[in-house]
Amino acid sequence: MLEDKDRIFTNVYGFQPWKLDAARMRGDWDDTKGLLAKSQDDIIEEIKASGLRGRGGAGFPTGMKWSFMPKESKDGRPSFLVINADESEPGSCKDREIIRHDPHKLIEGALCAGYAMRARAAYIYIRGEYIREAEVLQAAIDEAYEAGLIGNNASGTGYDFDVFMHRGAGAYICGEETAMIESLEGKKGQPRLKPPFPAGAGLYGCPTTVNNVESIAVVPTILRRGAAWFSSFGRENNKGTKLFQISGHVNKPCVVEEAMSITFEELIEKHCGGIRGGWDNLLAVIPGGSSVPLVPAEQIRHAIMDFDGLKELGSGLGTAGVIVMDKSTDIVRAISRLSYFYKHESCGQCTPCREGTGWMWRVMTRLEKGDAELEEIDMLYQVTKQVEGHTICALGDAAAWPIQGLLKHFRPEIERRINERHAAMQEAAE
Amino acid sequence: MPKVTVDGQEIEVPAGATVLQACELAGKEIPRFCYHERLSIAGNCRMCLVEVKPGPPKPQASCALPATEGQEIRTDSEMVKTAREGVMEFLLINHPLDCPICDQGGECDLQDQSVAYGRGASRYHENKRAVTEKTMGPLIKTIMTRCIHCTRCVRFSEEIAGVDEIGALYRGEDMQITTYLEQAAKHELSANVIDLCPVGALTSRPYAYEARPWELKKTMGIDVSDAVGSNIRIDSRGREVLRVLPRINDDVNEEWISDKARYQVDGLTRRRLDKVWIRKRGKLVEASWDEAFKAIAKAKPGKSIAAVAGDMLDCETMFAAKALLKASGSSLIESRQTGMDYDVSNLAAVNFNSGFAGIEEADAILIVGSNVRWEAPLVNVRLRKAAKRGAKVFIVGPAWEPTYPATFLGDDVSVLSKLPKDVSAALKAAKKPAIILGGGGFAAGAHAASVKIAHDFGMVKDGWNGFNALHMAAARMGALMLGFAQVGGIADIAKAKPKVLLALGADEVDFTKFADSLKVYIGHHGDKGAHAADIILPAAAYTEKPGTYVNTEGRVQRGDKAVFAPGDAREDWTILRALADALGVDVGFDSFHELRAAMFADAPALADEGSIADYGALATSVKGNAAPKGTIPAPIKDFYLTNPIARASAVMQQCSNELLLGEAMAEAAE
Repeated sequence: MLEDKDRIFTNVYGFQPWKLDAARMRGDWDDTKGLLAKSQDDIIEEIKASGLRGRGGAGFPTGMKWSFMPKESKDGRPSFLVINADESEPGSCKDREIIRHDPHKLIEGALCAGYAMRARAAYIYIRGEYIREAEVLQAAIDEAYEAGLIGNNASGTGYDFDVFMHRGAGAYICGEETAMIESLEGKKGQPRLKPPFPAGAGLYGCPTTVNNVESIAVVPTILRRGAAWFSSFGRENNKGTKLFQISGHVNKPCVVEEAMSITFEELIEKHCGGIRGGWDNLLAVIPGGSSVPLVPAEQIRHAIMDFDGLKELGSGLGTAGVIVMDKSTDIVRAISRLSYFYKHESCGQCTPCREGTGWMWRVMTRLEKGDAELEEIDMLYQVTKQVEGHTICALGDAAAWPIQGLLKHFRPEIERRINERHAAMQEAAE
Repeated sequence: MPKVTVDGQEIEVPAGATVLQACELAGKEIPRFCYHERLSIAGNCRMCLVEVKPGPPKPQASCALPATEGQEIRTDSEMVKTAREGVMEFLLINHPLDCPICDQGGECDLQDQSVAYGRGASRYHENKRAVTEKTMGPLIKTIMTRCIHCTRCVRFSEEIAGVDEIGALYRGEDMQITTYLEQAAKHELSANVIDLCPVGALTSRPYAYEARPWELKKTMGIDVSDAVGSNIRIDSRGREVLRVLPRINDDVNEEWISDKARYQVDGLTRRRLDKVWIRKRGKLVEASWDEAFKAIAKAKPGKSIAAVAGDMLDCETMFAAKALLKASGSSLIESRQTGMDYDVSNLAAVNFNSGFAGIEEADAILIVGSNVRWEAPLVNVRLRKAAKRGAKVFIVGPAWEPTYPATFLGDDVSVLSKLPKDVSAALKAAKKPAIILGGGGFAAGAHAASVKIAHDFGMVKDGWNGFNALHMAAARMGALMLGFAQVGGIADIAKAKPKVLLALGADEVDFTKFADSLKVYIGHHGDKGAHAADIILPAAAYTEKPGTYVNTEGRVQRGDKAVFAPGDAREDWTILRALADALGVDVGFDSFHELRAAMFADAPALADEGSIADYGALATSVKGNAAPKGTIPAPIKDFYLTNPIARASAVMQQCSNELLLGEAMAEAAE
């Protein structure tokens, strides 16, 4: 279990004020100038050495992402850092805790990361529904400006760096990095084609890196305590600490910072007071936010909660938004509800996702009641395969995976419902 | 030049090519809906998926993927086949499949590609989506349930037309294509979205339910509604022209035509002159060809005969008239009907010298008295491209709404003799400066001043000629090449008081100046010219005769005959040939072939189809006032009603009423 001295987010529960003076007491903004005395490349190397992988879901190594940014501007274009605070994934709620209780970690991280990638400014794109969080964040930004921590000559480093907050309008797709850039530019939030990648041509056509809130907020602490400290947690290739967000049928749902590669059982027993009704009552778990396939009870109990461990189970760590479902759950209904979510949030740009999400949802609603033919299970699987990997962005994949997970692990349950309904209809007809 | 392998065949592709282009070079057909050569890449239909190694183990959208050295592309693998079937199935699940009642049937990309790449049957048993109808004005008919959201129309409006008219609303499967606030599409190129639409969502409203594509005879023609000389395909059935579509010609109209070129054709069946008429006691009465010729011969014109050419004439007609007058001993020929008398001794000084494709490269452009959007919409498309590349555009003349950033310098022509400092600085700094002199500029007498500016700012140099005259009449350059110009313009003809005046489709002439002449109107529409005529000889419109046309950049192009002229109407040259017999003179040709041979002998450049006539170097100066004064007029009052065919067209009248005057009328109704 992660010891208190090793926690990065020391105010994640809001027991202390979020204000600048309180944040300073917790160690934020402590000699930021000193942190930035290192060269940009040294900072990137430090982050690389720490093994930090992107906390937004895909798990791309953060340091490597930064190293794609141009070292100097050959044509006068500035570089930008965009921070993805459009946390809309069902099951995820970590960025919200960071922003409302520890916003200065994020702002300081923005400065450090922005300096390392030679960015002129950071845009924090915050989810529209986070109204109070946006107020806190804006107030924290204002505090930081007033204290001279950001802005011209940020923290006395001689580096000019601005931080802007931009509120979204409630579209899940704007959490996709290129859709976020489109939305920031004032356009309809639709993902762009890649290539060109944002590091080449992103916001307003300038080199841009999009990072998750958590990835940015941990940066100052890594720089202070060193890459070796951060990489002392977790398995190889899955280093560091991570905010886990456990919701659903556990006795004490919570957001908790833990070391990577903790087992599922330890996470639940130590922090969540166990599964509701005991381990025998566990049905399935969606371990990384709604986009990843579910894992049935017998496989998840001893699973290692990190990128590689969950990948081996055919799922993923995603944002570590753990959704626990016990045996009272109508699992088909649960996944059907997720299908509706993806159908509702598809941007409509490319064909497979626009048409496929609606189709999948409609079949899923029928499967809930067993109002289908047995062959349609295979057809549904084929449709998910026709969507997966054929779209511009990953929303198509995200819509397909939960259904694939359901079909893989709970096919007998679906067949049972279809057969039962058929039998009932037969009886009624007689 | 990267080398790639397409289905095992190794080919070299140009740098910067996409995988889709590489496949096409290798002779492989790649199905697509959203991709279009002239629009930006959207990559949203996902129909063009191919397998590419190295790369992720999933199919890639070939339209958006750059071809790089050593790529292995497969278009025939199982993965590609499944991917295409999958996308096709998705496209069809919410498509109404109402092909039997759809106007796109027979020329529908979705139809063709579902046959070629789709599965045999649908597995979708849910309810289909229905989309409410959208209003897009009198030209574009919408059935949005059929839309497959390729966004070609959106990209055309934004990128080519330069207006934000069409866009997408809502998300996911509820996404809908519509115009802003459901207003009519008002741009003069708006109907091109009908050609772009790969399905039957946007179809032609005037052509709705008229014909199936396989019933139509397709004839290659040249548009005469402006001086661009757009290449068109005339689709006819029986004796009626049903529609006009653009042909691809990258040098002239690329792939577009103006709405007027497309939709004025219904005017070809209305208000037609299909009988011979002679004015007796102030009233026109029906007559026979014989009576008409006798009446003309009775006037005994001798060499007192003049000919005025209209705006839509082919060179053959004009040459036949010229030959007739020459045989009679007259040289009273003129084409500038409205009375302009600019100097035509140097044809390079009245020509669009940089060419339409060339003007895209200009980096500073001074427009003198031309509403380019209305006078030559397809040149405006080129100017927009130039502006997108960074060209600075300045406009002298009455205000209009350009589709690119431009600075207006007022409508007083005297500004030409003292250009503002920033304008002259921009022209001087430019590598390829250009001037465009339009109809309004000619009318205000800015010809000499414009030629002077061209020389003063070094617009004429090695490999670049930036002096451009932008005419509005399709016949103008051909007429000038055949010598249809008097030094003093049409006033010289009026002064000569000809006994007989041949008005060849000339409707803009002030006929009161010819009160004593016998006015013979040879043309196809009962418009202003016919109203003033003493004798009317019915002739053929541009779709009813083969003809040579020279556009404003001096490009010689030929169109074919699509249909026969109605009633007693004849091809113009045959009328003039018969008139020669009636007048007892010999013009030297008896067939169209001989006429063309004689014309080529007279103006050899006209023989060279497709290429730009060589007019030599731009004169150092032309006759006229180098420091003109006064206000530049706006020669076109109504884009949709500039010629007799358009004025007879119900569609053009409707466009004029609804699109140009709509707001004023709505206000008046309140």
